[in-house]
Amino acid sequence: MARALLFDSTLCIGCRECERACSEGKHLPYDEKIAQEEQTSARKLTAIRTHGERFSRKLCMHCLDPACASVCPVAALEKTAAGPVIYHPERCMGCRYCMVSCVFGVPTYEWNSRLPYVRKCDGCADRVAGNEPTRCAEACPTGATLFGDRDELIAEAKKRLAEKPDEYYPRIYGIEEAGGTSVLVLSAVPFDQIGYPVNIEKVALPQYTWAALKHVPDVVVMGTVLLGGIHWLTHRKEEVARKEGRS
Amino acid sequence: MMEGIRRYFWRALFVVIMAAGAWATYLRFWGGLGAATNLSDQFPWGIWIGFDVLCGVGLAAGGFTLAATVHIFNIKSFRPVVRPAILTAFLGYLLVVVALLFDLGHPYRIWHPIIMWNPRSVMFEVGWCVTLYTTVLFLEFLPVVLERLKWHTALKVMKAATLPIIIAGVILSTLHQSSLGSLFLIMPNRLHPLWWTPLLPVLFFISAVATGLAMTIFESWHSSKAFGRQLEYGLVCRMTRVLAVITAIYLTLRFLDLSHRGALSTLNQPGFERWMFGLEIVLMAVPMLMFFREKTRQHPLAVYLGVVMWLLGFVTNRMNVSVTGLERSSGVHYFPKWSEIAVTLAIIAAGFAIFRLAAHYLPVFEEEHEEEATTPAGSGRIPTLEAARVPGD
Ligand code: SF4
Ligand code: SF4
Ligand code: SF4
Repeated sequence: MARALLFDSTLCIGCRECERACSEGKHLPYDEKIAQEEQTSARKLTAIRTHGERFSRKLCMHCLDPACASVCPVAALEKTAAGPVIYHPERCMGCRYCMVSCVFGVPTYEWNSRLPYVRKCDGCADRVAGNEPTRCAEACPTGATLFGDRDELIAEAKKRLAEKPDEYYPRIYGIEEAGGTSVLVLSAVPFDQIGYPVNIEKVALPQYTWAALKHVPDVVVMGTVLLGGIHWLTHRKEEVARKEGRS
Repeated sequence: MMEGIRRYFWRALFVVIMAAGAWATYLRFWGGLGAATNLSDQFPWGIWIGFDVLCGVGLAAGGFTLAATVHIFNIKSFRPVVRPAILTAFLGYLLVVVALLFDLGHPYRIWHPIIMWNPRSVMFEVGWCVTLYTTVLFLEFLPVVLERLKWHTALKVMKAATLPIIIAGVILSTLHQSSLGSLFLIMPNRLHPLWWTPLLPVLFFISAVATGLAMTIFESWHSSKAFGRQLEYGLVCRMTRVLAVITAIYLTLRFLDLSHRGALSTLNQPGFERWMFGLEIVLMAVPMLMFFREKTRQHPLAVYLGVVMWLLGFVTNRMNVSVTGLERSSGVHYFPKWSEIAVTLAIIAAGFAIFRLAAHYLPVFEEEHEEEATTPAGSGRIPTLEAARVPGD
């Protein structure tokens, strides 16, 4: 049962209770100044962003087949069966490939630390495992952030689109973006107008690298045979010449 | 007199670069990456990855190109340049590792991929290949040291293992030279269409092979200046011709791919990408055209300039893939901080210095004596370096 979040931006009033709950839960500082920052960073795992009258929420999308986890050389990022993509800091080398690879620009870094770690929303994996809602969903006073089973949330989103077609842009963000995510978003306007990247592949990104990576064994096997063969051919003439020269 | 001034100039420059590098190193390890770089959450990879690693590994490609040419394809005339190429490669890889130590947030965990596996990761594969290949290069260079120490038994053992070592080296190089391109396959919609293509691994591999040749010519030029030795000129000519052919293949493939993906139309869009693209192509195409002409190939200075241009083209390409092509989608402009540049320069300077020392004390530019003994007399004796000095040098 993969868990997910549904963020209905038409219901978000920009109160930032989700931010506060998240920071408190993760023991991060939170005050007026930090609330003003509309970017996620090492000290802010989710951010409410203002677009005129509307609000959007930035947090890790918990991709179904996450690029970040596929590129990490030491498997420090892991997609859990429950849904959240979690981070194992004790494995991380700090190469930042996960940051480069995430199409949503989610992972951030402790740039001013001497031994920096990657920081990102972990989907409240500690709670989700026990089927408790994420802190942000629990704190949301309007129900703009909902926690639940991914399939049920998709059904709910579809219901909203069908019931109030005038209030919604007719698509659910996160169903196919980057091969599908565990955070779904509804909006009144096209998604790029509230800050979500729309120029995104509809397939899971790791398959692009896999297309190249899967040839590694071929290169090894065919390369050895080929090089060995060429070596034999190019050196044979010499052998023959040497033997003939002797006899 | 002039000679003395020149020497002092280079020494002074070396000292200045090293001092700046040392200060930048202090900043980096005391204040963290934030204090020493212009990197940010929007732009996490800068020139330490783009130049030090991507270009560094490419510029060290001479090792496998020439090892294959001489030992596998048995083209003997290239033998005199194998050793310097292998030395460059070995040093190159060691310096890439040093550069990585600067860039990694947790440098003391650089060994983690050895026990913490993620075979789906290109970076994991690159890490393994580079580790193994550095070992292979060490083994390929070891005979030179053994020869100097006159450890003949050990030398014999090494000789027996030559072929498997060379084959392993060529395969490992093929894998990671191309994988450095595969690193960027994961960002199809963020890397500019002038550079993102499923062919990235193939293009990276071909250009690495060409760079291997170009670097070897470049080096032989400089060692001739420094040590009064000169490669047989016919050999250099032949290498430039091969370089021209490989570049032609590379550029053809490049443009076929661009037009196939419809990316050429982006050249109409304003922005600095198209200029950087143009620069990259010109820097590769001009030397190619030069080297296709018999006349130019006969002219040492033209050859040198052409090769330098080609190398700059290669560097431009790697920087375009890793920096230029990613700026637009990141929404920020990245330019390295002085300390980033200082570390990079210091690493390059250290490379030059170590190469000089090694070439001075080890038989790098000499023929293997034992090898000659086994070569049947008269059957294509290798021209020695000394004998082939260009008149007037
Ligand atoms: S949104 Fe980015 S960080 Fe989050 S799971 Fe997807 S790829 Fe990973
Ligand atoms: S920075 Fe850490 S988590 Fe991210 S890819 Fe590198 S090792 Fe993995
Ligand atoms: S899921 Fe948890 S970690 Fe992620 S934004 Fe919500 S509260 Fe923060």
